[in-house]
Amino acid sequence: MSSEPTQLGGAGGAAQGGIAEVSPHPGVAKPDPILVADGLRRSFGGLTAVDVERLQVQRGTITALIGPNGAGKSTLFNVLTGFDRVDTGSWTFEGGRLNGLAGHQVARRGMVRTFQLTKALTRLTVMENMLLAAPGQSGERLLGSFLRWSWARQEDSNRERAEALLERFRLAHMRDEIAGSLSGGQRKLLEMARALMVRPSMVMLDEPMAGVNPVLVESLLEHISALRDEGTTVLFVEHDMDVIMGISDWIVVLAEGRVIAEGRPEDIRSDQVVIDAYLGAHHDEAGRGSGDEAAEGIEEAR
Amino acid sequence: MDFLGILATSLTSAIGPVAAIYALAIIGLNMHFGYTGLLNFGQVGFMLVGAYGVGISVGTFGLPLSVGVGAGILCGLLLALLLGIPTLRLRADYLAICTIAVAEGLRFVYRAPFARDFTGGVFGRQNLSEGFRELNPFPPGRYGFGDITFSSPHLWTMVVTWSLVLVASLVMWSLIHSPWGRVIKGLREDEDAVRSLGKNVFAYKLQSLAVGGVFGALAGVMIALHQASITPDQFRPQVTFYLWAMLLLGGAGRVLGPVIGSVVMWFLLTFTDEMMRAMDQMGWLPFVSGGELGAVRHALVGLILVLLIIYRPQGLVGDRREMLVNVK
Repeated sequence: MSSEPTQLGGAGGAAQGGIAEVSPHPGVAKPDPILVADGLRRSFGGLTAVDVERLQVQRGTITALIGPNGAGKSTLFNVLTGFDRVDTGSWTFEGGRLNGLAGHQVARRGMVRTFQLTKALTRLTVMENMLLAAPGQSGERLLGSFLRWSWARQEDSNRERAEALLERFRLAHMRDEIAGSLSGGQRKLLEMARALMVRPSMVMLDEPMAGVNPVLVESLLEHISALRDEGTTVLFVEHDMDVIMGISDWIVVLAEGRVIAEGRPEDIRSDQVVIDAYLGAHHDEAGRGSGDEAAEGIEEAR
Repeated sequence: MDFLGILATSLTSAIGPVAAIYALAIIGLNMHFGYTGLLNFGQVGFMLVGAYGVGISVGTFGLPLSVGVGAGILCGLLLALLLGIPTLRLRADYLAICTIAVAEGLRFVYRAPFARDFTGGVFGRQNLSEGFRELNPFPPGRYGFGDITFSSPHLWTMVVTWSLVLVASLVMWSLIHSPWGRVIKGLREDEDAVRSLGKNVFAYKLQSLAVGGVFGALAGVMIALHQASITPDQFRPQVTFYLWAMLLLGGAGRVLGPVIGSVVMWFLLTFTDEMMRAMDQMGWLPFVSGGELGAVRHALVGLILVLLIIYRPQGLVGDRREMLVNVK
C-alpha cells in the first residue's frame, strides 16, 4: 500500500476554526458546531443500533465517521438526515431543530446526503439528474409546469450551474447520455455533483469510495477536499483507513451504537479504545474481514 | 373468404369509439405506471366512478349532462385522494394489491342492494346520453369511406373522445417535458434519491395518481355517454388487464404509447375474431367451433403479447436504450 493518500488532505486542521485546540474525548463541544445531536437513541426490537449521548460536528471541517461493521453508522446517518425515526433525543442543524422532519425537509435546510449504494436515476440523462436537484423550481409545481415562460429562465440558469459542476467533476462529455450508461465510479461522481446542485451547507457522504478504483479514489478525495476549502462541511462514512487518516480533520469512532472516541487523526491512531474496538470484537476471525483490514490500516498509519 | 371485408371491420374497430375510450384510460395508466412507476391495477375503478358520476347525476337525479361530466371527474379526483393518502406511503407491491382490491370493492358497493336507490344495483342506469346526443351536429346516416363507416351517434362519440385523447396527450406531453415531469420520472427510478434532493415524494405521487385518475374517470364518463346505459359488472378487473396489455404493447412511458397500443390491440382483437369465424364457416378449423372460438382468440392475442414482450419489450414506440438499463 502506498502512503500517498495520507498527503492529500494534509493538516487542514489548523485552518478549521480552532478544531486543533479541541480536546479529543467523546462528546466534546466544538467552538462552532453546525450539527449538534443530544441523546439520540434508535433501537430495532431489542437491538439498540444508535445510542449517541452527544455529538457535535464542527463547521467547515471534514469529519469521518468510522466503526466496525454493525456499529450503527448507517442508522445514525439515516436518523440525522430524516430517513429514519429516532426513539428519543434531539438534534439541530445550523441552530434549527430537525426532530420529526422528513428527508426532503432536511435536504431543503441544507443537509444533503448520498447513499452507500449509488442512486443514479438511471433512465434520466446525466443533465436531467443534475437539473432535478436544483432547489425552488417554479416549474416543479403541477400547475406551474404549464407556464413555460415562467420557468424557462430559471431552467437556463440551473443548466449553466449544472454545466459548471459537470465540468468540474469531468462528466460534461456525458451530459446527454442516460445515467444508466455511466460506470460505477462515474455514478459516484454524478451523485456528488448532483448533491451540490441543492446548494448544501453540509454534505453527508455514505461510503463515497466503496467499490471505486484507486485512481478514482484520488480524484474523489480531491473533490471532497475542495468542498471543504469552499466552506462546505463534510461528514462521511468510510472504511479505508488510509483515506480516513489522510483527509479527515476530525474522526468520530462508533461502536455498538455509541461514540467511543473522537479526535484528530493522530489522536485516533494512538487510541487504545479504538484499537480494541476494531480488534477485540473480531479477534477470533482475524484472518479475514474488516477488523483485520482496519487493524492493518491502524498499524500502518502508526 | 372476404379478406377485405375482415380488414375493414378490424380497421373500423381500431379507430372506433371504444378504442378511443380505452386510449383515454390508458393515458391515465401511463401517467401512473409509465412515468411515475406506480403499479395501479385498479384503473377500472376510476372508470367506474367516472361513469357513475354521470349515471347517478343524470340517471338518478335527472341533472343536466354538464353536471354529470363534472361529477364524474370530481369522483375520479376524490378516489385518487382517498386511495392515495393511505397507500402511497406503502411499497410499490402493496400499492398494487390495494388498487386492485379498491377497484373490485367499488364494483361490489355500486352493485349492492343497499345502494340500489342511487346506483340501480346490478341493473345499473339507463338513458344517460340524451343531453349528449342533442349536441350531435351530424345528421342521421352513415359516414366514412369504402367499407369503413360509422353511424352518426358513433361518429359523434368518436370525434369527442379522440379530441379528448388529443388534449390529454398534449397535457401529458407538456407535463412530462417540464421540471414537474422530471421529478415524476425520477420517482420511477428511485424514490429515496429524489427525497434526498429535497423533493416531497408523497405529494408528487399523489398528484400523479390524481392526474391519471382524472383521465380514467373521463374515460368512464365517455363510456356512459357512448353506451347510454351502464352496469357495474362491465367494470371487472379484466378491463384493467386489457389496459395494461395495450399500454405495454404501445410502449409505456411514451406519450403516443397509449394511443398506438389501443388502436393496434383493437385491430388485433377484431381481426383474429373475424378471421377465425370466417375459417370456421369454411370448415378449416378441425378442433374448435362456435363458442370456443372466443377462447382461442384470446389465447392467440396472448401469444402475440408474449412474443412482443420477448422480442420487443419496450413496446411498439418505446426506447430500446431505456429498456437495456438495469433498473436495480
